[in-house]
Amino acid sequence: MSRRIVVPFGPQHPVLPEPIHLDLVLKDEHVEEALPSIGYVHRGLETLVVKREYPEYVYIAERTCGICSFIHGMTYCQGVEQLVDCTVPERALFLRTIWSEYSRLHSHLLWLGLFADALGFENLFMASWRLRESVLDVLEETTGGRVIQGSCKVGGVRRDIPGETLDRMRSDLTAFERRARDLAEVFLHDESIASRTRGVGVLSREDAYELGAAGPTARGSGVGIDLRKTGYAAYGRLSFKPVVETAGDCHARCAVRVRELFTSIEIIREAIAKIPDGPIEEKPKKNPEGDYFSRAEQPRGELVHYVKGDGSRHLVRSRIRTPTLTNLPALVRMLKGCNLADVPVIVLSIDPCIGCAER
Amino acid sequence: MAFFEMAKTAIITVLKRPATRRYPAVAAKKTALSRGKVTVDPSRCISCGMCMKKCPAGAICVRKDEKTWSIDRLKCVVCNCCVDVCPVHCLTMETDYSPCMRQHQGIEVITITYVKPERPKKPVGEPEEKTQA
Repeated sequence: MSRRIVVPFGPQHPVLPEPIHLDLVLKDEHVEEALPSIGYVHRGLETLVVKREYPEYVYIAERTCGICSFIHGMTYCQGVEQLVDCTVPERALFLRTIWSEYSRLHSHLLWLGLFADALGFENLFMASWRLRESVLDVLEETTGGRVIQGSCKVGGVRRDIPGETLDRMRSDLTAFERRARDLAEVFLHDESIASRTRGVGVLSREDAYELGAAGPTARGSGVGIDLRKTGYAAYGRLSFKPVVETAGDCHARCAVRVRELFTSIEIIREAIAKIPDGPIEEKPKKNPEGDYFSRAEQPRGELVHYVKGDGSRHLVRSRIRTPTLTNLPALVRMLKGCNLADVPVIVLSIDPCIGCAER
Repeated sequence: MAFFEMAKTAIITVLKRPATRRYPAVAAKKTALSRGKVTVDPSRCISCGMCMKKCPAGAICVRKDEKTWSIDRLKCVVCNCCVDVCPVHCLTMETDYSPCMRQHQGIEVITITYVKPERPKKPVGEPEEKTQA
């Protein structure tokens, strides 16, 4: 005789770096339904756009998220650049690409560490974060900030990376790749990780597409959506293939992120090899007027910044749609029918970034 | 599938030195570009208020009448914006962080000691004179 009970999960939970609440309707140990609710960390960042001038709002756009901050700033800048008729110099586009990929490396390594921690694999968690530290060192050396880079501006980038630093970054990537390969072997082939993740939280290809899953969540289910293929920044001049897995379970989503580490390394190598000389910024000629949807690929998926200007120094509207929000319906589908013990792993497998989702 | 995939990394970790620093004994890692805290040179500040106007966090307050430059360290997000916009380059970004506070110590107020040079004397190579005029 089984009976239905509701177990609250979060907003404070050991596996959750950020607060999200789920009401889990259980029948015995199985989740029949999951009802998510968010709203714990809303900061009203989008409203600030009317109080700050458009060049200063970049700093606020960046602070939307503490992990993919550079990509937030870049996407906002891309949008405003369309409104002020500004052509970004080539070198700035390549620098943006390099910093974006370093952000992706550090975000994925952070997630891999958290994922290992959720599985109870402390040692792997520490190894991942130690590797991530070397990425943060590069970001701090080139931009001045570990996680909030502050190096993007409307019309280009704030600072250049000297040639010798770029060369050193490229040579350092070899050692980094070797260490990442060791970790990748564990994530992809270790028996204990596979037993906790294979067949858990399966999201079919159709569901991923219909529910609007984005980023590694979609790619783990075989939907090959990667915004970088649209060729924003300098991605159009670089050759790479989106990583796609077909199993749709937690292991596949983990594998996508692990393999994307190496895609990012390749992209950085190619960008450093192809980066042209020249100016790094162009001054905007007028105030922003009109509206624009700017899109970019965050480590978690597709990010959209909507900006609207009326010809003054202040934008009249900014709207951000983050990948975590679009991944929540997919998460609810994944949780249906799973075991209670698997809930933390499944929740973490979409890489939830609630700070971004609520802004 | 394989077991003991982690063994290699674990053994290397055991044999290596600790990855972290013994922090208070060994200085924290920083680079030439690291953003620690903003400092002002009160002898060069012309009270133009650009830093106050551009600060995304509203942490800086410049009072022309009282000749003070003040910053709320708990509001400052260390974005380097004020340093970039300062026309006389009297603001600098130090690589050391501001020390942690046991209680809210209020706002750091600095008295501006800059004196506008007399026009006839015309000190050569002072860019602030031009900007102020």
